[in-house]
Amino acid sequence: MSKVVNNVDEAIRDINDGATIMFGGFGLCGIPENCIAALVRKGVKGLTCISNNAGVDDFGLGLLLRNHQIKKMIASYVGENAEFERQMLSGEMEVELIPQGTLATRCMAAGYGMPAIFTPAGVGTEVAQGKEVRKFTFNGVEKDYLMEYAFDADYAIVKAWKGDTEGNLIYRATARNFNPLMAMAGKITIAEVEHLVQPGELVPDYIHTPGIYVHRIFQGEKFEKRIEQRTVRKK
Amino acid sequence: MLDKNGIAKRIAREVKDGMYVNLGIGIPTLVANYIPAGIHVTLQSENGILGMGPFPVEGEEDADFINAGKQTVTLLPGSSIFDSATSFGMIRAQKVDLTILGAMEVSEQGDIASWKIPGKMVKGMGGAMDLVASAKNIIVAMQHVNKAGESKLLKQCTLPLTGVKCIKRIVTEMAVLDVTPQGFKLLELAPGVSVEQVKNATAGRLIAEGNIPEMKID
Repeated sequence: MSKVVNNVDEAIRDINDGATIMFGGFGLCGIPENCIAALVRKGVKGLTCISNNAGVDDFGLGLLLRNHQIKKMIASYVGENAEFERQMLSGEMEVELIPQGTLATRCMAAGYGMPAIFTPAGVGTEVAQGKEVRKFTFNGVEKDYLMEYAFDADYAIVKAWKGDTEGNLIYRATARNFNPLMAMAGKITIAEVEHLVQPGELVPDYIHTPGIYVHRIFQGEKFEKRIEQRTVRKK
Repeated sequence: MLDKNGIAKRIAREVKDGMYVNLGIGIPTLVANYIPAGIHVTLQSENGILGMGPFPVEGEEDADFINAGKQTVTLLPGSSIFDSATSFGMIRAQKVDLTILGAMEVSEQGDIASWKIPGKMVKGMGGAMDLVASAKNIIVAMQHVNKAGESKLLKQCTLPLTGVKCIKRIVTEMAVLDVTPQGFKLLELAPGVSVEQVKNATAGRLIAEGNIPEMKID
């Protein structure tokens, strides 16, 4: 059975209302923009989205947000999106903000088959409310740690630079970010790639995500790869 | 009084040869511009870079190369790229030697608030909670008072906390201060600033013993 799907609509064919979905990317860098556009077209509602950020008003997850398709957002930083802030403060959308390292490690735990992790991030803050706190002596220092659960997501949607038909993935530069962690963590993982190649064309030593974690793969039709903060120096 | 670049210049003097350093958004980012020649420092960006370089030359910006502030950046020779779990792994395991970040409030116990003003502004904590919970050496770079003229160095933070009892040193436009069990200890004054001025701008307990030297920034 081939993992290769013909197009983006086939890749997201069974994502329905109420699904929990992880989206790779940091800011607008390395986001699965083809799948996001297809989910907007499909109009699925009541989504729970797990992503470090929530896009900007007119790109990335901001598009799903604008369409009121997101019921709950789990993220670490949402500062660049006015519509997000409005929906959050008005209570239209439920938001769970968690530390970035906690977000990454909860993805990793899911992909590693571990139900929970302990982290010092958030101890003594409102992030710790309702969570189990345990004392550990680690590196000779006794400290409090929060227990955080592995994510349980129906789908993970990631974006890679290159992928082969076996589902092996390679990311480019900082577009890697959360993508390999989320790829490991989805019950169904969908990868959109800039270049889809044949087995043997990727060097096994350089593969970031082994194909076993990837269920569906396709080459994205077009990638805008928008830059959020263009900072340059003069020649 | 120092401007933002002055604060960054003073903090740059805390950076030592061989350090791995994480710079937060805002004033901390400016610190990279003032690291003294001859000191080899590796900058960590928590979205997954060690060995972050300057902004790209105009026309060479690439959407796949950004820093934690989502700005386009370059990589220096010898740099490496990694995923977000590895990035926070090295932070949690205290491999990163120095963390420099901004704050809305710091308390005299070393608590920090930086991510939320209830009902008004919610940007999220990003990586700040992970950094302050684990880093062995944290410097806060911030203005001494907020836009309304109220002190940001308090007895107790009023805003939701980012971390508890974690800040060791604060550099503001007026002073360098350490958090000690007795309160904020005044170590250095910015040029033209008096102990009295710092006292008036500090709501928490201020300890000013003996002759307080002027900051060296150049």
